[in-house]
Amino acid sequence: MDYFFTEEQQMMREVAREIAEKRIRPVAAEYDESGEFPWPIVEAIAEADLFRVFIPEEYEGMDLGTPVTNMCIVTEELSKACGGIALAFAATGLGTMPLLVAASDEQKKRWLPRIAAGTLAAFALTEANAGSDAGSVQTRAVLDGDHWVINGTKQWITNGGEAEIYTVFCVTDPSKGARGVSTIVVEKGTPGFSFGKKEDKLGIRASATRELVFQDCRVPKENLLGRPGTGFINAMKTFDLSRPGVAAQAVGIAQGALDLAVKYSRERHQFGQPISGFQGLRWMLADMATKVEAARALVYAVARWIDSGQAKRTTTYSAMSKCFAADVAMEVTTNAVQIFGGYGYMKEYPIEKYMRDAKITQIYEGTNQIQRDEIGRGLIAAAAAGE
Amino acid sequence: MKICVCIKQVPATTEVKFDPETNTLVREGVDSQINPFDVYALEEAVRVKERLQKEGEEATVTVLTMGPPQAEQALREAISLGADDAVLLSDRAFRGADTWATSYALAQALRKLQPDLVFCGMQAIDGDTGQVGPGIAVHLDYAQATYVAKIEALDKRKITVRRLVEQGYEVCAVRLPVVMTVVKEINEPRTPSLRGKMNAKKARIPVWKAADIEAPEEKLGLQGSPTQVVKVFSPPHREGGEKWTGEPEELADKLASLLKELEVV
Repeated sequence: MDYFFTEEQQMMREVAREIAEKRIRPVAAEYDESGEFPWPIVEAIAEADLFRVFIPEEYEGMDLGTPVTNMCIVTEELSKACGGIALAFAATGLGTMPLLVAASDEQKKRWLPRIAAGTLAAFALTEANAGSDAGSVQTRAVLDGDHWVINGTKQWITNGGEAEIYTVFCVTDPSKGARGVSTIVVEKGTPGFSFGKKEDKLGIRASATRELVFQDCRVPKENLLGRPGTGFINAMKTFDLSRPGVAAQAVGIAQGALDLAVKYSRERHQFGQPISGFQGLRWMLADMATKVEAARALVYAVARWIDSGQAKRTTTYSAMSKCFAADVAMEVTTNAVQIFGGYGYMKEYPIEKYMRDAKITQIYEGTNQIQRDEIGRGLIAAAAAGE
Repeated sequence: MKICVCIKQVPATTEVKFDPETNTLVREGVDSQINPFDVYALEEAVRVKERLQKEGEEATVTVLTMGPPQAEQALREAISLGADDAVLLSDRAFRGADTWATSYALAQALRKLQPDLVFCGMQAIDGDTGQVGPGIAVHLDYAQATYVAKIEALDKRKITVRRLVEQGYEVCAVRLPVVMTVVKEINEPRTPSLRGKMNAKKARIPVWKAADIEAPEEKLGLQGSPTQVVKVFSPPHREGGEKWTGEPEELADKLASLLKELEVV
C-alpha cells in the first residue's frame, strides 16, 4: 500500500532498504549468534546519512520537519532484515529525543551534529528498582560547584558501552519524588563512568545491553537539560515521540517474518502441492498480512500527527501504536514459525529469530500493560475534560 | 585533484538477447544498471576523493558515460553514490560504436575535463572486452594501469598501484595523468546516501554532442568502428565426451593414436 510519503521520505526508505538487503540480511544470523556489536553496519548507516533523519537541519540533520515519521520509515526498513541491528539506529534516536525536547540551542549545537554524523547515543532511565515505575529512580546527582556528581547504576541500557552520548535520568532533589528527577548528558570516557556486564538476551542479540555505573562521576553543570526537576517530564515527552519508533520496529519485524513465510509457503511441498495451496494456510497468511498492514497504518498515522505539531493527547495515540504493533509482531512472527513447521523451530532457518526479536517490543519503552494503562487513563481524562 | 570515472549502463540481467538482424543487444524491456565493475571504479574514485579532502586537498569526481538519453539514470545513480557531477555523451553520431570509437569519444570528452586520474571497470558485463579503458589511455597518450586491485600510494605526480596479473600481483608506479581499470577485490562499494540521492535528483547533467568534444563524425559511431560483427550467437552447450573402457594398455594405445591423429603430439 502507498502511504504517500514525500519524495524525500521515499528516498530515506530506499536508502535504508538497500542497507537492509545488501548489508544487514547477509550477516543478521552471524551477529545474532555472536552477539557482537555490528559496527561495520552502523558505519554504513552513518555514511548513508540516516542518523540525520531525526535531527533538525540547523544542527546538521535532515529531518525536514518530520523527524518521527522519518525515524519510523528507516526503523521499519532496517528491522525487516534484523530487529537487533536496527536498534543501534533506533536507540540512538531514543537517546537523542531528550535533547530534542529539552536541550538549549547551545546544548543542541554541542551534541546533535555529532549524532547526525553517526555518533551513537543512548537513553538511560531504567534501574533495577525502577522499571515501569520510572519515577522511582535512585541514581543521584549532587551539585558540587560547577559540576554534578553522579552516583548510581542504570540497568539494561541499549547501546550501553557503544554509545558516546548518554541522556541519564538522575535524582537531583530527593524530597520531590518524580519531580526531583533531572536529565543530565554524560559522555563516554568521563572519569567515574563505567560499564557493567553485557547482557545475554533472548532476542535483539546484535544490540548491546549493558549496565551504566556511576561512581563520583563529575560532569559540567551545563550538561543538565532544561530546568532541574523536569527529568520525568522529559522522559514522558521522549516516549511520546519514540514509541512510534518501537512500533515501526515491530512492524518491520512482522513484515520481515511475513515475507519469509509467504515465500516458504510457495516452496514447501506436502501432499503433492505447495503448502500455499491449502486454504487453512492461506487464511493464516491473510490474517497476518491484514494485521501488519493495520499496524503500519496506525504507526504512520500517529507519526504524521505528531510531526504536524497539532497532536493532542499524544501519549494515548503513541501508546496505541506501540502496543498494537508489538502485539501484532508477536502474533505474526509466532505464526510465521508455525508455517515453517519443524524447520521453523530450527536455528538453521531464519524465522525463529524474528519471533525472539519481536518479544522485546512488547516489553521495552513501557510494557504493553503500561501502554494500555496510558491509553485507558487518556480516555478517562479526555472524557472528564469533556473532549 | 580532478578524478573522472567512465561508466557504462548495461542490462540488469545475465540473460541477454540479441537481435539476429543487427547483431546488437536487445535493450528494450530490460532494466538497466551501472556495469558492476564500474561501481568498484566509482567507489575507489570517491574514496580517493574523500581521503584527499581529509588531508585538506581539493578533489572532485566527475562521472562520464556515452549512451542514449536514458543513460542519464546511471549518472544520477553514480551521483547518489558519491560523485560530484556527471557528463552524458549522447548523439546519434555515437551510435553503433565499437570499443575503438567508444574509447575515442570518451577520450575526446576527457580532453575537455583534464583529469589527473581516470577510473574504469576492468570490463563491461555485456561486451566483456576490457578494451575501452586501455583504449582511452592510448587515445589520450596517458599512462595506463589495468586490473588494479589496490592503490598503494598517491601524490601529485605519480600513483603506485598493485595490479592483479595471471601469476599474482605486480606493483608499479605510474606517472599522472593515468587511466586505471579496477578489479572487484579493490573495495566494497557503499550503498547510496540520502544526501547523495538528493544531490542526484537536483543535479543538472550536461549532454555533450559530437561537436562539443571536437570529434569528426568519421571517427565516431559505426563509421569510426573498424570492428565488423559478422555473427553473434550463444555457444552450444558442451556435450558429454566419449567414454572408453578397457584394459590400461589397450586404452593407452588408443589415446596415443588419437592424439597423433589430432596432431597434438
